[in-house]
Amino acid sequence: MQTSPVPRLELTGITKRFPGVLANDNVGFAVKPGEIHALLGENGAGKSTLVKMIYGIMQPDAGQIRWNGQAITVSNPKAARKLGIGMVFQHFSLFDAMTVLENIALGLDTRVPQRELEAKIRAVMQQYGLLLDPHRTVSTLSVGERQRIEIVRALLLDPELLIMDEPTSVLTPQEVEQLFVVLRKLASEGCSILYISHKLHEIKALCDTATILRGGKLVDTCDPKVETSRSMAEKMIGAGLKEIRKPAGRSFGQERLIVNRLNLPGVGPFGITLSDITFTARAGEIFGIAGVAGNGQNALLLALSGEAPSEDADAISVDGARVGRLTAKQRRMKGMASVPEERNGHAAVPDFSLSDNTILTARDRLGMVQGGLINSGAARTYAGEVITSFAVKAQGPGSLAGSLSGGNLQKYIMGREIMQKPGVLVVSQPTWGVDAGAAAAIHQALVDLAGQGSAIVVISQDLDELLSLCDTLAVINGGRLSKPMQVAGADIHEIGLLMGGIHGDHAAPEPAHAH
Amino acid sequence: MQMTPEFFILAIVTIVGISTPILLAALGELVVEKAGVLNLGVEGMMLVGAIAGFATTVFTGNPWVGVLAAAAAGATSSLIFGFLTLSLNSNQVATGLALTIFGTGVSSLIGTAFVGRIVPQFGSIFPPELARDPILKVLFGYSPIVYFSIIMVVLVWWFLTSTRAGLILRAVGENDLSAHSIGYSVIGVRYLAVAFGGAMAGIGGAYFSLVITPMWAERMTAGRGWIALALVVFASWRAPRLLVGAYFFGVLVYLELFAKASGLSILPSQFWAAMPYLMTVVVLTLISMRDRIGLNAPACLGKPFLPAT
Repeated sequence: MQTSPVPRLELTGITKRFPGVLANDNVGFAVKPGEIHALLGENGAGKSTLVKMIYGIMQPDAGQIRWNGQAITVSNPKAARKLGIGMVFQHFSLFDAMTVLENIALGLDTRVPQRELEAKIRAVMQQYGLLLDPHRTVSTLSVGERQRIEIVRALLLDPELLIMDEPTSVLTPQEVEQLFVVLRKLASEGCSILYISHKLHEIKALCDTATILRGGKLVDTCDPKVETSRSMAEKMIGAGLKEIRKPAGRSFGQERLIVNRLNLPGVGPFGITLSDITFTARAGEIFGIAGVAGNGQNALLLALSGEAPSEDADAISVDGARVGRLTAKQRRMKGMASVPEERNGHAAVPDFSLSDNTILTARDRLGMVQGGLINSGAARTYAGEVITSFAVKAQGPGSLAGSLSGGNLQKYIMGREIMQKPGVLVVSQPTWGVDAGAAAAIHQALVDLAGQGSAIVVISQDLDELLSLCDTLAVINGGRLSKPMQVAGADIHEIGLLMGGIHGDHAAPEPAHAH
Repeated sequence: MQMTPEFFILAIVTIVGISTPILLAALGELVVEKAGVLNLGVEGMMLVGAIAGFATTVFTGNPWVGVLAAAAAGATSSLIFGFLTLSLNSNQVATGLALTIFGTGVSSLIGTAFVGRIVPQFGSIFPPELARDPILKVLFGYSPIVYFSIIMVVLVWWFLTSTRAGLILRAVGENDLSAHSIGYSVIGVRYLAVAFGGAMAGIGGAYFSLVITPMWAERMTAGRGWIALALVVFASWRAPRLLVGAYFFGVLVYLELFAKASGLSILPSQFWAAMPYLMTVVVLTLISMRDRIGLNAPACLGKPFLPAT
């Protein structure tokens, strides 16, 4: 057995308190040179806070950080970079209107002449197979390419520790593979990697050690290659995992939602144009739309919900009614409900109470407004029912929407729509930023609604979610939708290629048959 | 009236004179907006600069000192705006409008003591034979501030496109949160930009009280600060286009003066007086209809910087 060398990074007793929350409570672990170390935990487990302290964005209230054996304080990100700590953020710190070169120059602390910088960038890209044109404008790049900019930016500083914050959440499976190749190469050259994720199969595939956090506390440090995904998940969540209960042998009824050659021009300089979107969702079917962020998902949600009505009345039909030109309100009257991705400010008004938020979408279907006057009693009753049925943690119907945690607000919004028993429900990113418990509840509610004969469309960037939830799946890329495929027996590799924009034989969507 | 070469040269000299204060104020505002701050107080800062420059020149007898005082006063008034919007996160539009009202009031108040006074003029920086020559004065017959404004166009353009500091400034205006997470001081950069904008507006104001009419009149900038604001959008945040735009507006204003003086215009002179403002509305409408404008507009323009804790 080797004597273990001095850890590259060692944390002891790190504690960080925010008003009302203990974000990190006496956390400690060590990262060895050349080790790929996973930091695993749910949303809100304190992973981000912890790495922000390592990178100098925040200061711990208590505890010690040791770097190559020396006790240090990292006062700001610049100091961290000087030590040799690089970080790739989950939300990229990029400037869309600038070139790759300008973006990388901004991330450097020293002034490097442009030509020299370009040569260095090309050398690093060559060495790690991170191919990019330094003169491209960032807005024209895919998410995976944008991440490469961040990685190149970090690598130019010859880091000894690279922190990756949820790097794969927006990548296609192929891009994930390419990223892993780069990370393994880096580790083999002695760079330590702190890899933050909640995707267990990735951690099993990539990491040497995993530190698991829950509710700000250290739960365990283990070897992910020995643990099973299930055992790590249970440590992460702190309870047994619930699986989605799907009734076996379901059959689908008549076509409830028909989208036929839906076109919508893009809005704004970087807007995505929807072209010839065609699919159908049947009674009892959960139809998933996969894709990498920024490929037209937002536009599609707006087009389906009625916020961006089409020119063509036939583009969308709900239960035989042509709703293509109708507004969101009119579509709701036809039995079509929708939940957008953004909870605060789009699906709900943060400064309104839950019962007032109920009135916004349920007023017509549930008769909450009569003769121009609000029937606040009906709204309160309905809000109360949603809170009870969906186990929303809130003081009551009078709580402000903005005071709820992300997961609870999402449960409330989903409940508000689901309990109206819509014939067609369109949801975007139903479990984005939601803890696993709430996510499981939301998934189960969607399955149950489908069981009652509704047609459901789920737009999500989380492929795992779609594969476990949906019956049928199509991929959106550059505003075009692939041919739908059965989820049972779907080929992950092929879905990945579609997400990356390689359409093959599935490029041309066929028009739905006339009815 | 005869269309002699002298007539055209006189017209050009007048147009350049009209355009210079707009150009100066707009250049300052361009830098401010590139850093992501919308300061609608240009008109107020110009008036503060106008009276500060005038008063200082009255006391010192030196217009150069007056211009420096105008720049300092403009910068100081802009820092009031900066403190409110950058440190206290007040609404930029409302605060900018308040700054204009404040500047108008303060300049009128101080100005009452200076009504009827006259100040010494700038000497020419070229030999008098060149500056007074009826033809050559098209090149040499201007106030030093005019040459300064043109040098500043080049400097601002060079700064924004070719220097690291300019790149950081654009980054702050493009994505303040990213710039912050990389480790740049968003608020610090914005303070500097706002102060520069104030100084440039102040010098633009001083051009009215020291060069155009070397005496004090209330509200003598006559809304040119608003034109400067529109010009920044018109130029889609590019300094060379700002030069073209400022001179174009100068032509429009000149047409009004010409119509009044010659009586040759078919349309009433009030129509020409309204033209620059009408053109501003038309240009802003046309530009906002084109999507491409969005590509060069700073993405964080007018938004307060609120980093997550």
